[in-house]
Parts: sequence; structure tokens; C-alpha cells
Amino acid sequence: MLGRLTWSAIPFQEPLPLLSGAVVGVVILAILVTVTVKGWWPYLWREWLSSVDHKRIGVMYLVLGLVMLLRGFSDAIMMRTQQAIAVGSAQGYLPPEHYDQIFSAHGTIMIFFVAMPLVIGLMNFAVPLQLGVRDVAFPVLNSVSLWLTATGALLINLSLVIGNFARTGWMAYPPLSGLAFSPDVGVDYYLWSLQISGIGTLLTGINFVTTILKLRAPGMTYFRMPVFCWTALAANLLIVAAFPILTATFMMLLLDRYLDMHFFTNEAGGNQMMYVNLFWAWGHPEVYILILPAFGIFSEVVATFSGKGLFSYRSMVWATLAICVLSFMVWLHHFFTMGAGADVNAFFGIMSSIIAVPTGVKVFNWLFTMFRGRIVFRTPMLFAVGFIVTFVIGGLTGVLLAVPPVDFVLHNSAFLVAHFHNVIIGGVVFGALAGINYWFPKAFGFTLDERFGHASFWCWLIGFYLAFMPLYALGLMGMTRRLEHIPDPSWQPLLLVAEVGAIVILCGILCQVAQLYVSIRTREQRRDLTGDPWNGRTLEWSTPSPPPAYNFAVLPRVETIDAFWQKKRTGRAPVAPAFEAIEMPRNSPAGFITAFFATIMGFSLIWYIWWLAILNFLAAIIVVLIAGWSIKREDEISPAEVAQMERAR
Amino acid sequence: MLVVVVPVIVATLAFAWWYRSSNTHATRSLDESYEGRVEFVVWSIPTLTVILLGGVIWIGSHQLDPRAPIAAQSDPLRVDVVSLDWKWLFIYPDLGVAAVNQLVVPAGTPVKFRLTSATVMNSFFVPQLGSQIYTMGGMTTHLNLLAEGPGEYSGFSANFSGDGFSRMRFVVKSTPTGDFNTWLEQTRGTGPGLDAAGYAELAKPSKNVPPTTYRSVEPRLFERILDQTTAGPGTAHPPMRKAGG
Repeated sequence: MLGRLTWSAIPFQEPLPLLSGAVVGVVILAILVTVTVKGWWPYLWREWLSSVDHKRIGVMYLVLGLVMLLRGFSDAIMMRTQQAIAVGSAQGYLPPEHYDQIFSAHGTIMIFFVAMPLVIGLMNFAVPLQLGVRDVAFPVLNSVSLWLTATGALLINLSLVIGNFARTGWMAYPPLSGLAFSPDVGVDYYLWSLQISGIGTLLTGINFVTTILKLRAPGMTYFRMPVFCWTALAANLLIVAAFPILTATFMMLLLDRYLDMHFFTNEAGGNQMMYVNLFWAWGHPEVYILILPAFGIFSEVVATFSGKGLFSYRSMVWATLAICVLSFMVWLHHFFTMGAGADVNAFFGIMSSIIAVPTGVKVFNWLFTMFRGRIVFRTPMLFAVGFIVTFVIGGLTGVLLAVPPVDFVLHNSAFLVAHFHNVIIGGVVFGALAGINYWFPKAFGFTLDERFGHASFWCWLIGFYLAFMPLYALGLMGMTRRLEHIPDPSWQPLLLVAEVGAIVILCGILCQVAQLYVSIRTREQRRDLTGDPWNGRTLEWSTPSPPPAYNFAVLPRVETIDAFWQKKRTGRAPVAPAFEAIEMPRNSPAGFITAFFATIMGFSLIWYIWWLAILNFLAAIIVVLIAGWSIKREDEISPAEVAQMERAR
Repeated sequence: MLVVVVPVIVATLAFAWWYRSSNTHATRSLDESYEGRVEFVVWSIPTLTVILLGGVIWIGSHQLDPRAPIAAQSDPLRVDVVSLDWKWLFIYPDLGVAAVNQLVVPAGTPVKFRLTSATVMNSFFVPQLGSQIYTMGGMTTHLNLLAEGPGEYSGFSANFSGDGFSRMRFVVKSTPTGDFNTWLEQTRGTGPGLDAAGYAELAKPSKNVPPTTYRSVEPRLFERILDQTTAGPGTAHPPMRKAGG
């Protein structure tokens, strides 16, 4: 009846996960009770949970990403602490079977449920506004994407209290992740949560490629699009091309695990390295799915806060597209040590270093944008400068690792760990934080507190250097990754410095929480009535803050790049607009309900509760079909209503 | 590359400081956003750097190929390596002895490794001697190393392989040739031999295994292990019911 789910799945004998699970449970319960007592459910349902407005969906993605950041970060600080104390004869406080789950969960959560939601959230919020349109191409699908991502996040966190998570590392290489070596539910939690959220991500990709290619304001040709839209286009093309590879690979691993097939185990002619190749055929493009939008955010931020147009817009665009294509030709550099021949390794090494050309061009272009500009150091600009300095270091070590003979001694070392945290924190996280500080006033109509913003920047920057520069050194000294026990006592001082760095980053996160709290408390004083607090250049700043559901009462007519900047400069007197009827998509519960069934389906598959899985799969499909075939999906706002709403602002 | 990166960092900080909005001395030109000559330089610098680097990569990949034999006075010593849960088995096929978690080699003699795994993937790595290489079930990889002088070097797995991974360490003892022969005689004279039953016992998961030696080893054991991992499942890890994360 309940498959392999029994009471023994709940770790009563282990206080640590049970306690953290209980705390999370109490917090969730408290939130639910508050919402119920205050009678906020109708509002929450109408305005958020069933909303198909890209701005609302974007904000919800960001909330998901920030909450998961807390989870992923608590994993990080647990690992740092274990490595700092489990040296020599000391064993630390975590047994290997627990430590191995923590680093697996840390990687999985940070990539799939922090970095991805942050990047997708910012694209959701900003891309339609920048394009001068009213929503994405498929608004209901967008909501389905969001909620399927949330399903994945929920399932992965459920493994904390029911069963356990994978002990395989976030890449889950077979045969370690196969049934013979991982017979418990851990890998199944990993696979099903990523399969379900992966479908959401793929749908996002399709949605945004369609939106950017087919829906743009009149006159916005490709070469008038803001750079962030270009990078979003590139990232979503990569999603569409790469995520099916991941889904198919995981499906094969699932068949291995559930139906005793042998795609990735030696019996019957399978091969583990096929998984490794396929995983990274997705995995390397994934790196650019994350970093390209961050590059886009920095391009907007640097131009805006330097008071200058982006230096050489066209080469920025070509550099983006070059990276997009090249990212599919480098996957083998993740495993030079597999023992391929020198020719193969040299080819992939050279292809990898070629990516440094367009990336280098981007760095120079940001530099020349700042040159002779008028730089205003608001929080987003601080993150941008911190990013350039930090990212070139990460690029340098990345190019080093692309040299096969060097990789043969640094592969899987702490040096590698330092490298990818260098580009992911210094690039993606800084980019997301810059983007949040940059677009927050657009989303909510008031600016974020600058003092706490600056403080969080300095904590993140200093914390990053303290936490990861020692790891570069330790990697060169021969420390490999994923050690639950440190064999060499002479490494301990550097590991303690890294621990301090993690604590400084924690301060940065706390500053952000304080920033949010203080800003909301003092929102009346920090209202932005202009809609354009940074003297912006692109169309999102031409709308009021927060923008109305339909974004633009009259679609803007675009004649140049930096359309809003040009409009402000030429200072044409606004003509009294002739309002037309606007068709807006209706709210739809389809996303939320589909994800509800998908969550139960994923859970039952993990625990082999077949009947429940089948029922919920069918229910999810039926909901999607009903949503797909519903006739009346738009509401019309009449010109008089539009005029009335515009006057009210 | 530092030649490019350091000036970029300096320029970033310098531009950010000098062109701050409160600096009244800065010359500004807010309308310029393109300059063809600058653009040419911007693409040229990274391109030239990468062309140079590409040459380094091509030559380096071939010269330091793990398969490439190391030129030396003496003939290479052959060693077969098998990664197990969670220890290393070293077989000397030409000498008929074997050892676990310790590898004794004569200094100055190149060592020619064949490697495989009887369990999940691991990576054989002795940082002080050079390159690492994966060990994979059902597959053989090749590696050539040379310990120039006598000494002790620590080796380990550089690819996560499960709960015993952190303590899956071994020691490489590089000894003068005379001492190596003494060690060989001693090894042949003491301890058990490694036959099929002994190997089956050894292959069971165990952690923190102290270094041991075998006076003899079943012929073609390495090939048998290769066939075995190809044919059937390895030793299964015990099921876990621990939670956390």
C-alpha cells in the first residue's frame, strides 16, 4: 500500500536533521496560521498563487531562490565547520554518511534551486518590461514552470525528514548512484526533484525564446533590444537545447534504478562514462545559462550608473552569441582525467580557452563604459565593480584548469572548488544581488536601504575572498574535494580562515535580511514616484513603479537602442495617449494545481507507491489539458477603464 | 595571463575611483559609446593571448600525456592498480607480489601503471609524483610516473567514491634499487598469498585499512577483476536509513 515507506524512514535516532526539520515545520506552520488568522488567503490566492503576471511570477521565483539560499548556505557552513575541526585525530561532528548528504544537497540546491530561480526570476520580471510588451508569450505556462520548480525544491527538502538525500555528490555519477551502490531513496529524491523542476525550466526556456523572438514593442528590432534581453535569449536557447539532455540522462538512470536496465552499469554493455559525458553536455551549457543573464544585468547596471551608453553594444551581442555556441563544445574539460588521448584533451582544452575571448571582450567593454563616465556608487554598481575584479580572477584560474596537464594535478581539488565558487558567487550571485537591488524599486515602488545594501556587499566580497582564496592554496597543496576528514594538520589554519569567510558571508546575508526589513518599515519615506530612480536607459523605467498589470497602457514605439534614454533626451512632449482596449490573461490555478499533483506523484515514485503515483500523474495531465483547452482565457480592459487607471496613478 | 588580468583589475579600480560622480577633476564624455580602434584592441588582446595559450595546450597535452612512456635509463616497472571500497590494491604482475595501501617502487625507475576499479569510479593520485587518472570498472586506464629520488609520498583517491572515501589513502615509498630488492625478498617470504578467495574477502567494503603485503598473487588477477566487473555487480554497499542533509 505505501511501498517502501515505513516509520523507520523518519530519523528518530538522529537529533540534528529531525530538529532542523522541526524548526522549519514550526516556521511554516506559524506562517500558515498567521495567513489564516489574518484572512489573507483570498488575497494570496488571487494576487500571487494563481497569478500569471510575469512580474508576480518573477518575484515568487526570487523569493524561492532566496529562501533556498538560506538552506544551501546552512549546508555550506556545516561543511566548513566539519572540515575546520575534523583534522588529524579529531573526527568532527558529522559522520561520513551525513556529511556526504550535506555536500550533495548543497551543490544540488545551490545550482537548481538558488541560482536558477534567481536568474529566471529576474528574467521573468525584467524581460517583458524591457521589450515593451505586456506579458510573456505563454502566461499560464509560465505559472506552471514556477510551480514545478517549487515542487522540486519541496521534494528535496522533504528528504531532510522523510528518508534521506543522495550521498553521491551533486553530479550523481554512476555506478555510485546506481541501485547496487545507492539502494536507498536518496538518489531517487535527487532524480525526481530534478526531473520535475527540469520540465519547469524547459517550459521557461520555450516561453522566453518565443517571447523574445515574437513579442517585442513596435520598432524594437533585434539590434535595439537591451543587452539583458540578448543574454536572456541566449540563456533560454541554451535551456531549450541542453535541458532535454539532462532529462533524458536522468531518465536512463531512473530506468537503471527502477527497471534494472544497464545504461550506465557495465552489465549488458552499459557504460558509466556515457552518463558523465551526457551530464556535462548539459552541465557546461548550464554554467552559461546562469552566467549570461548575470552578464546582462551587469551590462545594464554599469551603463546606467556610469551615465553612459554601453561601450560597443554590437560586440557585446556578438560576444554573447559566441559564448552561447562555444558552450556546447567544451564539456570534456570536466573529465580530462578519464584517460582520453592527447589529441582529444588538447582539442577540448583549446575550445575551453577560446571562450575566454568573448568573455574578455565583455570585461573590456564594461571597463570602457566606466571610462569617462559619471559613476554613481549605489549598491548594484558596487556589486558590478566587485564582480569585474573577482570574475577576472575566476576566469584566470578557469583558463588554467583548461590546460590538460595542469588539470591532471588540480582536477577535483580544492582549487577547482575555489574556481567555480569564484565564478558562481563572483558572477551569478553578485549579478543576482545587483539585479535585485536594481529592479526592486521597479517591482515595489520604493528603493532598498543603501547602508545595509553597502554593508551586505562588503560582507559578501570580503567573505568570498576569505572563504575561497585559502581553498586555492589548499588545492595547490594537494587537498582534494569532498573530504569529511582532513588528513594533514598543516592545512587547518587555512581551513579556519575559510570558516571565518563563511561567517562573514553569513553577515552579508543577515545584512540583506535587515535591508529588506528596514526598507519595508520605512517604505513611505523611500517611495519612488518617478518610476525612474536611477535615471535608467531602457523601457522598464518608463513605466510607473510598480507597473500596472498591463505594463504599458500604450505600447511604446522604439526607434533606437536605449529607447527610454533617447526619449528623455529628445524631450518630446508626451502626446495625450489614445487608449485602446487591452486584453489581459486571466489568473489561472493550473500551475499551482498541476504542481500539487506533481509533488505527490514525485513523492510516491520515490517511495514506490505506484497506485498513488499513477493517480496523481493522471490528475496533473488532466489539469494541464483542461487549462490548455479552456476557451476564455483573457479579460478585456476597456479604453475607459485604462484611462481611469492611468489617471489614478 | 597575469599580464592581462592584473592591468584589468587595476584599471577597473582606477576607473571606478577616478570617474566617481563626486570627482570634479575627471574629464567625462558621456555620449561616446563606440570607438573602432579601441574595439580592435579589445578583441585582439584576448585573441592573441588565447592563440599563445592554445599552442601551450597542444604541446603540453602531448608531452605530458599520462600514457606517454617516461624516458629513463632503466626499464619500467609494471604495476597494476585496482581501486576497491575503500582501499587500493597494487599488483606487481612481473614480480608476483601484491600490496594494499602501500606502493613500494625503486627510485629512478619509471613505473608503468594499468588501472581499473572493482567498485565505483575513483581517481588515482599521488600529487608529488604528477598526474592523476580515473579508475573505472570494466575499463583500463594507463599512467606513467617516475619518482626521481627516495622518499615517501602520500596518495589518495581524488574522486568521491562513498562513505570511506576520505580515508582511502595509501603511501608511496620510493627506495634505492638495493632496498627495493630487499623489500621484495622480505615480501616474498612473509604474509599470505592473494588467491581468488583472499581477493573476494579483500573486495568487501572496509575503511582505514592498514598497509599490508601479499607474498604471492594469483596470475592474471587484474584481468579477472576486469572481467568480473564487466559481468556482474560489484560489492553492494549496505542499505542506509540515515537521514539528514
